Amino acid sequence: MNIVETFNLTKRFNDLTAVDHISFSVRKGEIFGFLGPNGAGKTTTIKMLTTLLNPTEGTAKICGYDIVRDRDMVRQSIGVVFQEPALDTMLTGRENLDFHARMYGLSREERTTRIEEVLKLVNLVEKKDTLVKYYSGGMKRRLEIARALMHFPKVLFLDEPTLGLDAQTRRTIWEYIKRMNKEEKTTIFLTTHYMDEADFLCDRVAIIDHGKIIALDTIPNLKNAIGNDVIILSCSQPTDLRKRLEREDWVKSIEQHNSSLTLGVEMGEEKIPIIVEISQKIGVKIKSISVRKPTLDDVFLHFTGRRIRDEKDANSSLEKRSSFRRRGV
Amino acid sequence: MRANELQAIYIMWMRQMKRFVRSRSRVISMIIQPLFFLIFLGVGFRNVQMPGLEGSFIDFLAPGIVAMAILFSSMFAGVSVLWDKQFGFLQEVLVAPVSRFSIIIGRTLGGATTALIQGLIILIISFILGVRPSSIPGLLLAIVFMILIAFSAVGFGLVIASRMNDFEGFQLIMNIIMFPLLFLSSAFFPVKEDMVLRTLSFFNPLFYMVDGLRGSLIGTENSIFSPFMDLVVVIIICVAMLSLGSYSFSKSEV
Repeated sequence: MNIVETFNLTKRFNDLTAVDHISFSVRKGEIFGFLGPNGAGKTTTIKMLTTLLNPTEGTAKICGYDIVRDRDMVRQSIGVVFQEPALDTMLTGRENLDFHARMYGLSREERTTRIEEVLKLVNLVEKKDTLVKYYSGGMKRRLEIARALMHFPKVLFLDEPTLGLDAQTRRTIWEYIKRMNKEEKTTIFLTTHYMDEADFLCDRVAIIDHGKIIALDTIPNLKNAIGNDVIILSCSQPTDLRKRLEREDWVKSIEQHNSSLTLGVEMGEEKIPIIVEISQKIGVKIKSISVRKPTLDDVFLHFTGRRIRDEKDANSSLEKRSSFRRRGV
Repeated sequence: MRANELQAIYIMWMRQMKRFVRSRSRVISMIIQPLFFLIFLGVGFRNVQMPGLEGSFIDFLAPGIVAMAILFSSMFAGVSVLWDKQFGFLQEVLVAPVSRFSIIIGRTLGGATTALIQGLIILIISFILGVRPSSIPGLLLAIVFMILIAFSAVGFGLVIASRMNDFEGFQLIMNIIMFPLLFLSSAFFPVKEDMVLRTLSFFNPLFYMVDGLRGSLIGTENSIFSPFMDLVVVIIICVAMLSLGSYSFSKSEV
């Protein structure tokens, strides 16, 4: 059963198309990831799905409710954790939860029991009467996740849930997200530009770039699309070798980066001697060669021709992002 | 109205009250500043002769300072939506299944309440300094004026907040709009005798607030209009500001 469905969802800001006719669906109970570089349109999509922005074109349904026409019903059915912290730091953790509970119309009994429940879920019971301004970054994130769950949402939206957190805290947050999904049976829609995050958490991933979905599948399937193994080699004349290898039908994909080549193949170990033989024949010297399992980063490279954190690209998307801000998005 | 809209209004109001009690330094500075005006100007000019001034200067000054304290504090409360915008909290509010209308009401009630508390503190201090209300009905009418001033200024603050993205703009508006309007509102000196000042003040919304508050609180010998005439104008200003404020707020996107 589909709990989120979008139909040609589109958002334009003046001349810039941030989200470009995307259609996808999220199944009930799964953890669905939106993976893409900064500025790809992830946050804009979340803002449309959570009714904070109106789509320019197309629409979406959440639990069967239209995001434009049935806003209140959509709002009642979802929980959101925004990219920037959205807590009142002058209130305590418990007061922040109480604020939320009342905004969502929970009764007095529901409020007291639910606040205890969600605090326990994210291990913040002892800190509940401390002002949020004394919380660490990780604690704030946990409190926000707890808050988003207060009103028993059917879908939980997480926009870059571990952005700016240290490695250890990220791990803990991941564990909590998995737990929410299992124990609360909450469908989770998250955006991230971290490959490892998507890899660890998501059942299915949509890869989004320049406002378009370029691939959508389970993680094993996405990885299989480029071959079970990835061979990385560096050599003296990479262009010659690439042109020669492109003719081999066992090469599923091949990318060139300066003096190194990345190949997607099946049974990588057996292909190494073949590659060495070929390169000797055409007089190319191999400096190093290695085989590894593909990561989502390789998948991204395969579909876009770029690594997700290419320096130049990251900068230009950052610019795009700050111009969204200035327009008040 | 559904029950959860009332809950939402209540908790929006409660949040402002909690923040108010907890930001002690802000509260103190917002009370101290008008107090200095009242004490230093009131005592310093106690025997001064001004054209058009009837009775003692501190009696004249006290209503002006009370109006000033409420105006600044509630404008600030309205503008503080900018804070919520910058710190992201506004998104949490806007994504809740609550109408924008209730959000604005809660916010306005909260801002107006905190400003009124500060205004009342100044009023009590001025009583200690020897200012006497003309009558009990007059005092009650004065409190009505204080409430209306508070709501109008929160509305104006919301308008500013929806047009700006940072606090520098707010400072600018305070300095180039609010201060001149306040000086020309007869808050600090009478404008009765000077035809130019007097005519200008008819176009100044703050004038009706100060004139009405003074007329009802200490008596009409220093007022230009009767308090009831002022009341009608101030009610119109208040309704206009609140509508404009909530309209601007409901149009602003996060």
